Amino acid sequence: MPGRAAPVLEADHGAASGTGAGKRAVRAVPAWRRSLRPYLLIAPALLLTGGILYPFGLGLYYTVFDFAASKPQPDLVGVENYRRIFTQPAFWDSARVTVAYAVGAAAVETVLGVAVALLLHRSSRVGRVLEKILILPLMIAPVIAAIMWKLMLQPSVGVINHLLEPFGLGGVQWTDTPTGALLSSIAVDVWVYTPFVAILALAGLRSLPASPFEAAAVDGAGWWFTFRRLTLPMLWPYVLVAVIFRFMDSLKVFDIIYALTEGGPGDSTMVLQIRAYLEAIRFQRYSFGISYMIVLWAVVYLVTMVLVRYLGRIQNRAAEVER
Amino acid sequence: MKRRLLALAADLALILYFVFALFPVAWMVILSLKPTNELFSTYFSFTPTLDSYRTVLGAGDDQGVPFLRFFVNSLVVSLGAVALSLVIGLPAAYAAARWRFRGSENLMFTLLSFRFAPELTVIIPLFVLYQQLGLFDTYVGMVWVLQLVTLPLIVWIMRSYFSDLSPELEQAALLDGYTRKQAFFKVALPLVKPGIAAVSLLAFIFAWNNFVFPLILTSSNAQTVTVGALSFLGGDRPKYNLTAAAALVSVIPPLLLALTIQRYLVRGLSFGAVKS
Repeated sequence: MPGRAAPVLEADHGAASGTGAGKRAVRAVPAWRRSLRPYLLIAPALLLTGGILYPFGLGLYYTVFDFAASKPQPDLVGVENYRRIFTQPAFWDSARVTVAYAVGAAAVETVLGVAVALLLHRSSRVGRVLEKILILPLMIAPVIAAIMWKLMLQPSVGVINHLLEPFGLGGVQWTDTPTGALLSSIAVDVWVYTPFVAILALAGLRSLPASPFEAAAVDGAGWWFTFRRLTLPMLWPYVLVAVIFRFMDSLKVFDIIYALTEGGPGDSTMVLQIRAYLEAIRFQRYSFGISYMIVLWAVVYLVTMVLVRYLGRIQNRAAEVER
Repeated sequence: MKRRLLALAADLALILYFVFALFPVAWMVILSLKPTNELFSTYFSFTPTLDSYRTVLGAGDDQGVPFLRFFVNSLVVSLGAVALSLVIGLPAAYAAARWRFRGSENLMFTLLSFRFAPELTVIIPLFVLYQQLGLFDTYVGMVWVLQLVTLPLIVWIMRSYFSDLSPELEQAALLDGYTRKQAFFKVALPLVKPGIAAVSLLAFIFAWNNFVFPLILTSSNAQTVTVGALSFLGGDRPKYNLTAAAALVSVIPPLLLALTIQRYLVRGLSFGAVKS
C-alpha cells in the first residue's frame, strides 16, 4: 500500500487510548505527521546524496559549452561536443578497449571465482584454512594492487620475469606492448576481484537445497552431470549478480589502468575513463572530457538496466522451479 | 584411490590459486626490506633492513613525500565519512525497513544508483565547485565526497539488518510507554549493533581505498595514502623498496580490519551485492 505508512509500527497511536495510563502519557500523533515520519528520517540521506545531483546537472550543463583552459570566453556549442566524440576514431578505439577489458576481466573472474568456490565448497582441511584468507586481495585498494603488480612486472628487474627465466621466458615486455599491457591490466583486475565472485558463489553454493543432490547421488549421477544439470543452473542467479557487478565496474575502470599503464603504450589501454581524465584534467578541455563521461554513464546505465532485467527473469524462473 | 587423487588435485589447484592471490603481498614485504644497493642485484638473498619504512614514515625520500601525513589524512577523512554516514544513514535505513511509503523503493534505488555512475562524471564539476567554495584539498571536502561511497553502502546493508529484526520488539516497547524515538535508540539500535560494527568497518575500508576522489580533489593538505603511494614511483630513479613499503603501510588498516571481522565482512559484501 504505497502512500500510507505500514500499520505494523503505529501502535503508539493505539496505545494512547488506554493502556498508556500509569506509564508515560502518550500523545496522539496526528496522522499527517505520522505519514511524514519516514520521509523526515530519510530526508538527510537523500539531501546529502542528492547533493551529487547538482554537480551532475552542472556537468551536463557544461557539455553544451566549450569550456576549456585555452578558452576564456566559452561559447554555447549545443551537441557539438557529443558530435565530435562520436565522429572521433579515438572514441571508438577507447570503446573497443573498454569493452575488451570489461568482458575479459568479468569472464576470467567468473570462471576462476566459481572454480575457487567449488573447490572451497568441498571443504577439505586445506580449503578451510585457505577460505579465511580469500578476502585479502579485495581489501587492498585496486590502485595499490596495480602498483604492486607494476613492480613485479618490470621487464628487467621484476620478479615475474626472474621466475620465468629458468623456463627460457625471461625478458617479457609485460606492460610495454599493446597486447601485453591490456592482458596485464586484466590480470590485476582478476587478482583483485576474483575473491568477490568466489565469495558470492560460495554463499550461493551453501544456500542450495540438499535434496536434488542427494537424489542425483542415489541415481548414481557422475560429477560432471551433477555439475552441469544441477549445480550450475541452480547457482546461476547468484553468479549472475556477481557478473553484473563486475562487468559494470570494469566498464568504468580507472585506478588500475591509471597506476599500471596510464592508457599506454600508445592508446592500447586507453579506456574511456582514462581518456576522459586526460581530456578534462590533463589537457583541461573540461566540456569535452565531461561529455566523454556522460556517454560512458549512459552506456553503463543502459547495460545495467538490461542485465538487471535479465537477472529478474532468471530469479523468477529459479523461484518457480523451487516451488 | 582415484577419489584420493582427485581430492589431492583439488587441493593442489586451490593452493595454486592462493599462491597467485598471496604472492604479490609477500613479494612487497621482501622488496620493502631490501636495502637500496641490493635492489637490482640478487633476488632472494639480502640483508633485510627497515630503512625503507624509516624513510617512508619519517621525513620522506629526497623528494620529501610526507607519507605519514597522508596516512593520518586517510584516517581522518575515512573516519569522518563513516561517522557522518552512520548518523544520517541509520535513520534512513530504519525508515526504509519499517515503513512502506510512496516512492520508497524508488528513493532507495536512487540512493544505490549513485554506485553505478562513473566517479569522473561528477568529479570534474565538483572540482570546479570545490575551487570556488574553498573546499578543494580540505578535510571537509573529502568527507563530503567520500560519503558518496559510504552512505549508500550503510543504508543498503543496515536496511536488511533492520528488516530481519521483528517489529514486535519495538511494538512491545511502544506499548510499555516508550516513545518512537526511545524504541529506536533503546530497542532496535542495540540489537543491530553487530551489523553496525561490520558495515562501519566495510564502509571505512571502501573510503580508505578510494582513489579517484583524493586524486582530483586534493593536492597536498588532504591527500590520502592511495594517491601518496604513487608519489614514490615518480622521479628519475625507481625507488622500488620505498614504493613497496608505502604500499604495505597503506594496506595495513584495511587488512587488519578484514582479518578481525572476516566473517561479518563476507556477510556484508554478499548483502551489498545480493540484496540490491
